[in-house]
Amino acid sequence: MARVSVGIVPAPVITASALTKTYKGFSAVDGISFEVAPGESFGLLGPNGAGKSTTMRMVGAVSTRTSGELAILGLDPDQYGPEIRSQLGVVPQSDNLDMELRVRDNLIVYGRYFGLPRAQVAKRADELLEFAQLADRAKSKVDDLSGGMKRRLTIARALINDPRILLLDEPTTGLDPQARHILWDRLFRLKEQGTTLVLTTHYMDEAEQLCDRLVVVDKGRIMAEGSPAALIREYSSREVLEVRFGSERNEALGEQLAGIGDRVEVLPDRVLIYSSNGEAVLERITQLGHEPITSLVRRSSLEDVFLRLTGRTLVE
Amino acid sequence: MTFAPTRPIGPARNRFLGAVYARNSSAVMSRGLLATRSSNVAIVVSGFFEPVFYLLSMGIGLGALVGTVVTTTGQEVSYAAFIAPALLAVSAMNGAIYDSTWNVFFKMNYAKLYEGMLTTSLGPLDVALGEIALALLRGVLYALGFLIVMQSLGLNLSWTAILALPAVVLIAFGFASLGMAVTSYLTTFQQMDWINFVMLPMFLFSATFYPLSVYPEPIQWIVQALPLWHGVELIRGLTTGALSMALLGHVLYYLVMIAIGLVFTTSRLKKLFLD
Ligand SMILES: Nc1ncnc2c1ncn2[C@@H]1O[C@H](COP(=O)(O)OP(=O)(O)O)[C@@H](O)[C@H]1O
Ligand SMILES: [Mg+2]
Repeated sequence: MARVSVGIVPAPVITASALTKTYKGFSAVDGISFEVAPGESFGLLGPNGAGKSTTMRMVGAVSTRTSGELAILGLDPDQYGPEIRSQLGVVPQSDNLDMELRVRDNLIVYGRYFGLPRAQVAKRADELLEFAQLADRAKSKVDDLSGGMKRRLTIARALINDPRILLLDEPTTGLDPQARHILWDRLFRLKEQGTTLVLTTHYMDEAEQLCDRLVVVDKGRIMAEGSPAALIREYSSREVLEVRFGSERNEALGEQLAGIGDRVEVLPDRVLIYSSNGEAVLERITQLGHEPITSLVRRSSLEDVFLRLTGRTLVE
Repeated sequence: MTFAPTRPIGPARNRFLGAVYARNSSAVMSRGLLATRSSNVAIVVSGFFEPVFYLLSMGIGLGALVGTVVTTTGQEVSYAAFIAPALLAVSAMNGAIYDSTWNVFFKMNYAKLYEGMLTTSLGPLDVALGEIALALLRGVLYALGFLIVMQSLGLNLSWTAILALPAVVLIAFGFASLGMAVTSYLTTFQQMDWINFVMLPMFLFSATFYPLSVYPEPIQWIVQALPLWHGVELIRGLTTGALSMALLGHVLYYLVMIAIGLVFTTSRLKKLFLD
């Protein structure tokens, strides 16, 4: 007798359907729908003003939706705000650490806000200081920490209640490259441990590194959804040739080059030509008698996906 | 797409206050105590001495010229014993206002403290109660110190002065509650200056330094509408031993003030940080 195997699909931890937030007639979030599975690392990629933070605040149960459906861990945030918040870790876009308290006290006091026992919170605070590589700063004033350290402390703080979902709003914006890499490493560890991550970013490299799956958002709407690789496959070619002819000539040459490769995009400072073989395209351009000042062949990225979908770049 | 709720998280809360209150205001208050440790001792202590200096200069200095004063209840008391209970009420008020206005304003608008608190399972009523309790505590400490000064100067004329202790808690609670409520609606420094603009005349004119009877009747009504006058009369009744039903009226005034302050603070915090 043949056995039918039934795949058990775990219930999503976040379900949003036609989620909308309107401020005085202006739709900051305009009917977006998505689901996040437990253990998944899910991203919202989009430029400034896309509605990422507004979405995160609704998911974080600190902002009420104007319309649509939202369930966090199966609960409606309109009714179960405190219960939902007790299961979330939140890293807001701008740090709101307690400047009047020292580093370790920031963690302990925050844990106490969840009503957790002092002894448990103290133990966890020490573990998290280790994790955030701040153990030697336990007694420091928050003001004396660098930007990267503050961010790590905010992440440690968000983990104090052992949350089922960690929400990160632009975790590395404003940090220098080295601090970003340290932070990515920490977040990657969390991901490996199976923590459900929901993060927003306008950095495509961050999205590529950290997200299993993401939605590209613009003007409060979802433009596309998928894994970084699938999105690139679907909306871009394998390779991109970037050529610069000088800001005066880019536009004119972009027009002349139309038809070469799969697609040509003209930006103020460069021309992008999409194809499966960038080197071959460059050769053709030179054969046609055009001499780019600089040229570069690279793989397609989420930046290209965004450009394709919106006609604009992610970071202006 | 279906939204079948999975098992609810944790014990079901009281749905009436569930969204605004997690019964954890003590965590907010402990945070305040921990943060106060790092604050400037000189500023903390100076607030206590202000009414003490008034008592010494006016009560003893001016009192030598004034002699005795007749209270609302017809008692004739020394000038120092007349103003001391008023200054005790002022002391409770000052302490309560100190934390619930400028400190709250800073935490709300610059430190983003409440924003952080409200991303946890705390509700706005927890934040309001915790912060008000902290402000109240300072008021009570100031008043306690002042009561000791009064006792040592022999200005407590009756055993009922011991009841001034719960009374100052009530008065401090009232001012802390209203102070935080008002502050939560203010967004600029100029608006914050209005608070001082109201506080100073209220301090001077609330039957603090002379009986209410010196005013024409319409002015008396205005003074009697203000919170400090009720505090002054309540405490004066207790320290001079003139108990009457009117004292219950003053208590009621403060209970209403506390309730109004809590309701407005909570709804404002909810609006600002849980929109
Ligand atoms: N509290 C608010 N009141 C009015 N408009 C707002 C408010 N919060 C956000 N917005 C507007 O909503 C849009 C989306 O903002 P936000 O969610 O912060 O975008 P992102 O995080 O993607 O940069 C922006 O145009 C912003 O100005
Ligand atoms: Mg944002």
